[in-house]
Amino acid sequence: MTEPLLQLSGVHTHIGPYHILHGVDFAVPAGELTMLLGRNGAGKTTTLRTIMGLWQASSGNIRFDGSDITTRSTPDIARAGIAYVPESMGIFTDLTVRENIVLAARSGPVDKSRLDWLLGLFPALKRFWNLPAGNLSGGQKQMLAIARAISEPRRLLLIDEPTKGLAPVMVRSMIEAFKSLKASGETILLVEQNFYAASALGDNVVVMDDGRIVHSGAMSDLVADKDMQQRLLGLSLDAHQ
Amino acid sequence: MSDMAAQPSAPAELPRTKTDWLPLLLVPALALLALPFVGNPSTWVTLTVAGLAMGMMIFLMASGLTLVFGLMDIINFGHGVFISLGAYATLLVLSPLAGWALSDSIGLNLALLGLCILVAMTVTALAGAVFERVIVRPVYGSHLKQILVTMGGLIVTEQLIHAIWGASPIPIPLPQSLRGAFVLGDIVMERYRVIAVVIGLVVFLGMQLILNRTRIGLLIRAGVENPEMVEALGYRIRRLFVSVFIAGSALAGLGGVMWAFYRQTLTAGMGMEVMVLVFIVIIIGGLGSVGGCFVGSILVALVANYVGFIEPKLALISNILVMALVLIWRPQGLFPVARR
Repeated sequence: MTEPLLQLSGVHTHIGPYHILHGVDFAVPAGELTMLLGRNGAGKTTTLRTIMGLWQASSGNIRFDGSDITTRSTPDIARAGIAYVPESMGIFTDLTVRENIVLAARSGPVDKSRLDWLLGLFPALKRFWNLPAGNLSGGQKQMLAIARAISEPRRLLLIDEPTKGLAPVMVRSMIEAFKSLKASGETILLVEQNFYAASALGDNVVVMDDGRIVHSGAMSDLVADKDMQQRLLGLSLDAHQ
Repeated sequence: MSDMAAQPSAPAELPRTKTDWLPLLLVPALALLALPFVGNPSTWVTLTVAGLAMGMMIFLMASGLTLVFGLMDIINFGHGVFISLGAYATLLVLSPLAGWALSDSIGLNLALLGLCILVAMTVTALAGAVFERVIVRPVYGSHLKQILVTMGGLIVTEQLIHAIWGASPIPIPLPQSLRGAFVLGDIVMERYRVIAVVIGLVVFLGMQLILNRTRIGLLIRAGVENPEMVEALGYRIRRLFVSVFIAGSALAGLGGVMWAFYRQTLTAGMGMEVMVLVFIVIIIGGLGSVGGCFVGSILVALVANYVGFIEPKLALISNILVMALVLIWRPQGLFPVARR
């Protein structure tokens, strides 16, 4: 396994009086796609938000590319090269598709070749380029959210349930887009409930339950072991075909 | 902003976006509706120009507050203090340059007005920075505390104004060439009101330009909708908050100068007195919407003028009536801003 780009060690997170993460440990290797799986309420979204600094870890340690980012502010973490696509997508609906992309490119104008690459990944965005993003469908908003996250080269993408609520055809095109992203060498930590999508994409898998890591390893091992799928996720891949 | 992103090649057919024209049509519709009730066309023009001028002054005083409310979710009952401070700051210019106000030179008169605006905006921007740091920042996230604390800040600052400039009303002279009126046939338009319309339009267009054509404007619009996501994109929203609060205070200062010359009298409570109107127009316009604030200000002022002429007894309740009707039609205001 390559040197991890992101490493969480014993991370605990409290939200108000609630103790959500109970000593989370896992690593995200550089250049690979790591799936974070688990049932509703397992703590997946809290994990991503804690990495982003949107909720502060109450103890433990988060290291990104060798630096401790546990107590850094969200803008600092983003500037270190981590992009975040929340479950709600966080699209600015009053801004046009173009303005959403422009805003995400902090260092200046979006490079033409990168823009062409982005619109090649998500061709639907081209049609709505100068229209308010509020006009987009759910799937198109998801595409915009991901395109916005990669409008400039980033070192790590955190993406929360990108296929949630999408039609099967949209899920398939999203899977294709992630395959292209993987091929371009992006490091991705992807939260997913859809095991079919997860198994098609993941190099590695981390499974959470009740705020703890209950399994981590290669995705191929989990795909091959139906008993393990049943035990960890309460399902088998066959059910998601 | 055309250089901010390369353009993809144009698609064959773009879907059309819907422009919400209805609220914009309210203003001309209202003006035309009032014409038969007013009767005399020249009186109608005079009332309309006066209403537009009043609307612009209300807009100048309210525009900062709507941005502060929309972006920062802060209910600042102390906003009126920046209007009063801006008005009193004119004394810093009028005292040493009283001769300019009496001069017949339109250049000197306009320079005096410009200097008053500049000084007032500087003073209120600085006061805004202190107010945000000392009074507002400790109560982010709690509306009840914001109302209580900013109201307290308003009272304290009003007393400071009394301590510095005295409790008695202070008369200020309108510069010589801004007095009087333009007369076109039977139509009479006060010069100062025409200038107020011009300044209001310039500020509105400037704000639209900044909000729609610059990166800082994009950030403000995005921050109004989803501040957390703006932070996740790597921008420090707190700095943006403080900048907008300072800019909003400076705009209130500008409104205070225009309001002061209109009244030609300074009182410490003049900002507080106008705050009811200010809150009405930002609620009518849609919290956080500059365009809505602009239309709402004109609407409220025109209605007040027409009703004051046609049925004076109803003038006092006309603003509340407009707000009630608008909110029945559009509960989120004329131009609701998408919120997190």
